[in-house]
Amino acid sequence: MDRSVAVCFKLAAALALSSLLVGCGTVQPWQKGNLAKEEMAFDPDPLQTRFMEHTYFSKEGAAGGLSVGGGGCGCN
Amino acid sequence: MISRNFVASLVVSAIAAASGIANAQEVGSRAPAFDLVGVPKQVRLADMKGQVVYVDFWASWCAPCKQSFPWMNEMQAKYGPRGFNVVGINVDQKREDAEKFLVGTPAKFPVAYDTTGKVAELYQPKGMPTSFLIGADGKVRAIHIGFKDGNREELEREIQAALTAARK
Repeated sequence: MDRSVAVCFKLAAALALSSLLVGCGTVQPWQKGNLAKEEMAFDPDPLQTRFMEHTYFSKEGAAGGLSVGGGGCGCN
Repeated sequence: MISRNFVASLVVSAIAAASGIANAQEVGSRAPAFDLVGVPKQVRLADMKGQVVYVDFWASWCAPCKQSFPWMNEMQAKYGPRGFNVVGINVDQKREDAEKFLVGTPAKFPVAYDTTGKVAELYQPKGMPTSFLIGADGKVRAIHIGFKDGNREELEREIQAALTAARK
């Protein structure tokens, strides 16, 4: 009886371990069709981003306020 | 009782499956056979036995692939009569995507559709495009990842060398 319980535990452990590994899928180079789509880029539209940034730091009165330190002249 | 070996092998195979370990192709290894639906007809590596084959893995979403097509057309026209075959294996999951690409970028060589990726699995291309130059002996002579204009001469030299070796 004890033995079969131990086997069950081992089996459960092995199953738990292998179910964790399912999450470690790798995307092969030939499977990157969806990742190559424009909308998957970090910055799909650089021009749009520039406009948004300009509006943002004009309102905030901080040139380069998005990423660079300094500014604050409110001249944008 | 389930043997410890069985459990161990289960775990090992799970790890291998998860990390995508497979036999990647190397220079000098035997090129795996393939048999795929293609245009203008079924594409089989076995049908080109004793000839030099340039297997190119490409996808519709791959920008350098677009540049490589005119060059591959040129190579096929130039060396085709000497027993040289270009084969383009498309790895798009949807065949329509590939067909759209081919409208704008025509291929003057056979194109095969590997929508399930089973042949890509065998060859393990490391990027898009990746080409495998297979000698007349059926062994991989050269593997090339990507395509740049600067690669043209080097690739052509490899093709010439493969054709020279094939005649011997």
